[in-house]
Amino acid sequence: MSTEIFGFDGVNVWVDGLVRVLLIVGFMTVVVMGLIYGERKILARFQQRLGPTRTGPVGLLQSVADALKLVGKEDLRPRNADAWTFELAPYLVFVPVFLGFVIVPFVLDWQVRILELGLLYFVAVTGINIVGWIMAGWGSDNRYAMIGGMRAAAQGISYELPLVLSLLAVAMVVEVPSDSATGESLRGSLNLNEIIAAQAEIPNLVWQPLVLIVFFIAALAELNRTPFDIPVGESEVVGGPFVEYSGIRWSMFFLAEYAALLIMSLIFAAVFLGGWAWPAGLFQDDPWPRWAQALLVTGKAGLFIFMVFWVRASVPRLRIDQLMSFTWKILLPLMFAQVLINGLVLVYDWPEIVLTVTGLVGVLVLVMAVDRAVRHPRPRPAPATQLEGEAAS
Amino acid sequence: MVVDTSATEFETQDLLLNVGPQHPSTHGVFRMVLEIDGEVVKDLVPYIGYLHRGAEKLCENNDFRQGIGYMDRTEYLAAHNAELSYVMAVEALAEIEVPERAQWIRMILCELNRISSHFMFLGAFGVDVGVFGTPFIYGWRERERIIDLFEEISGDRMMFAYFRAGGLAWEVPLNFPERVREVLESARQGVKDFDGLLTQNEIFIARTKNVGVITADDAIEMGMSGPTIRASGVPLDLRKTEPYLQYDQIEFETITADGGDVFDRYLVRLQEISQSIDLIEQCLERLEDGPIMPEKMPRMLRLPEGEVYIRTEAPRGEYGIYMVSKGGNKPHRLKVRSACLSNLQALKQMCVGQYVADAIIVLGSIDIVLSEVDR
Repeated sequence: MSTEIFGFDGVNVWVDGLVRVLLIVGFMTVVVMGLIYGERKILARFQQRLGPTRTGPVGLLQSVADALKLVGKEDLRPRNADAWTFELAPYLVFVPVFLGFVIVPFVLDWQVRILELGLLYFVAVTGINIVGWIMAGWGSDNRYAMIGGMRAAAQGISYELPLVLSLLAVAMVVEVPSDSATGESLRGSLNLNEIIAAQAEIPNLVWQPLVLIVFFIAALAELNRTPFDIPVGESEVVGGPFVEYSGIRWSMFFLAEYAALLIMSLIFAAVFLGGWAWPAGLFQDDPWPRWAQALLVTGKAGLFIFMVFWVRASVPRLRIDQLMSFTWKILLPLMFAQVLINGLVLVYDWPEIVLTVTGLVGVLVLVMAVDRAVRHPRPRPAPATQLEGEAAS
Repeated sequence: MVVDTSATEFETQDLLLNVGPQHPSTHGVFRMVLEIDGEVVKDLVPYIGYLHRGAEKLCENNDFRQGIGYMDRTEYLAAHNAELSYVMAVEALAEIEVPERAQWIRMILCELNRISSHFMFLGAFGVDVGVFGTPFIYGWRERERIIDLFEEISGDRMMFAYFRAGGLAWEVPLNFPERVREVLESARQGVKDFDGLLTQNEIFIARTKNVGVITADDAIEMGMSGPTIRASGVPLDLRKTEPYLQYDQIEFETITADGGDVFDRYLVRLQEISQSIDLIEQCLERLEDGPIMPEKMPRMLRLPEGEVYIRTEAPRGEYGIYMVSKGGNKPHRLKVRSACLSNLQALKQMCVGQYVADAIIVLGSIDIVLSEVDR
């Protein structure tokens, strides 16, 4: 078997895959370092600080310096830690995230592989990292780590559902290019390239406002970002599952966290904002040149990332029970309703404006439900007032 | 195969979680052991004493002027208020009349210190609730401006040692009223910033409402004081109930809330900042030229025999000094009544039955200064 890679014909398919994966890993690492620098600078601006300024021009080399420092640190393992679990956990967080990049379309045709079931692959592969979190939490033999690991498991699994349902809702109704032989309009695709191409004129943001919001919320939770940074909550569990990690292993978790942020932003740009296709499709049939596409995608993904940073700088953390009831009682029913409506549109060929209207109604319901939960909380059981009984010291 | 169902009931054990003394949210070196069932706190045992320096005993070996410096170090976030109780105790024993100008300046400085202390609370509390740094920087910024002013006046940023038995160490700078008004202007903006950032935030409300509730009766039983008891609806404000300095000359209302939860404790402190701003403005209007020390002050203060208990309203509550003198230039016995210590007693009652994350914010809402708890 042979294939073409960047103009070179006849490259062995394994060599081709290897080259692409290496390129992606290298590219990602650099971008992630930039993201870390960007987050520090942007957060600093929100907080009237300057952020890093000393390392290199305007602090640009701060991430490099941090990485060097982390690599140089001793790789510690607590004596009572479960050796295998402890040492393998970073890989189980790190590898799935990078595997996810296989299907991410940066610009037209520039991706590792075009998979017919791309979205399914993305959801399946990135879901694995929860196992790594639990392993890190359990293997560290640290109670903060264990609480963090358990929180991560509960949160990761719960928010996986609205995330998957939101992607499903979009994939169900996406219009794929009609078969030229029959001329029939087809709907439904999990191929990211087809999803992007279908949005050349109108992005999914218009048809699926509710799904977009739910995806953003669920993505925040999946990425463990504020207000869902419960597993790593600095002021409660002091870094959660990572509390015992140091040096290169810790930096792997860190890298994976930002790589996950990047992949989520690219998926967001692809699924809801039309990736490289919109708004080019409004003006011409052919896509724009690659550099323009790259700018488009960077801008759209950057918007998502900026929103994440913005949220981080301005809202407090939820409590674990509020987190759970939010997804199971509010997000999930809404998403089921949306999927049902999308199904009806699909089956009965209703006009697509139905989607927009129901989506906006859904957003309204979401806002009202949250408002009601906050303004009229159910009275909590009175705290126990008996003061007997001492915790063993 | 027959499955023995009787063995399916596992024996479970509650987890003991040691929080502190090295934990980002214990506000110093406080330690508490939580007994948790999943995420719910079933029992809590606080441990204090990591910062015990024997400040009271040290004061007994130093004369009345040197003791002022040790008071700064017991309550480093509101050092003026701590000094005030001490010098008032000495003045009461020695029967010294403090000139009016010194009293007004003392009031202004104490209220400014209350503002800076409350801003510090708001910032640290915001971090406890989980906002990444933003409220902390907001609070720090406002506190910094006030601290700068204190530095101009006393020469030190935290350990002022500016009050003296009888009055003040030296006269304030000439531009004092203008500088205070400048600081108040920015503090007013700071209150607005916090209002926008936290008070109306849905997640903040969800996290803090109905959490760590303590009823008025329980709060009184525990000997709580300050904003912590006022949030439970008890109008206990020593500035109002037992006016000292010139507090009976100016108008203000005791701020209370009736929920007794974490949110109310936050809100009471936020409102107290605005109240203090008004108070200081009234003080500035009444500030007149005059002496800042009584005319005949001995170089070395020797007190007659006697004992006295003086309490004032510090930002965290009742800061009391019990002083016994048996003649001479040193106190025979000095006891600091710490508001934080009394408030901290209620921690267990507020936390049991709540979540681990709640225990952190409840501790934050008490607003402890560990060096005052341990002394």
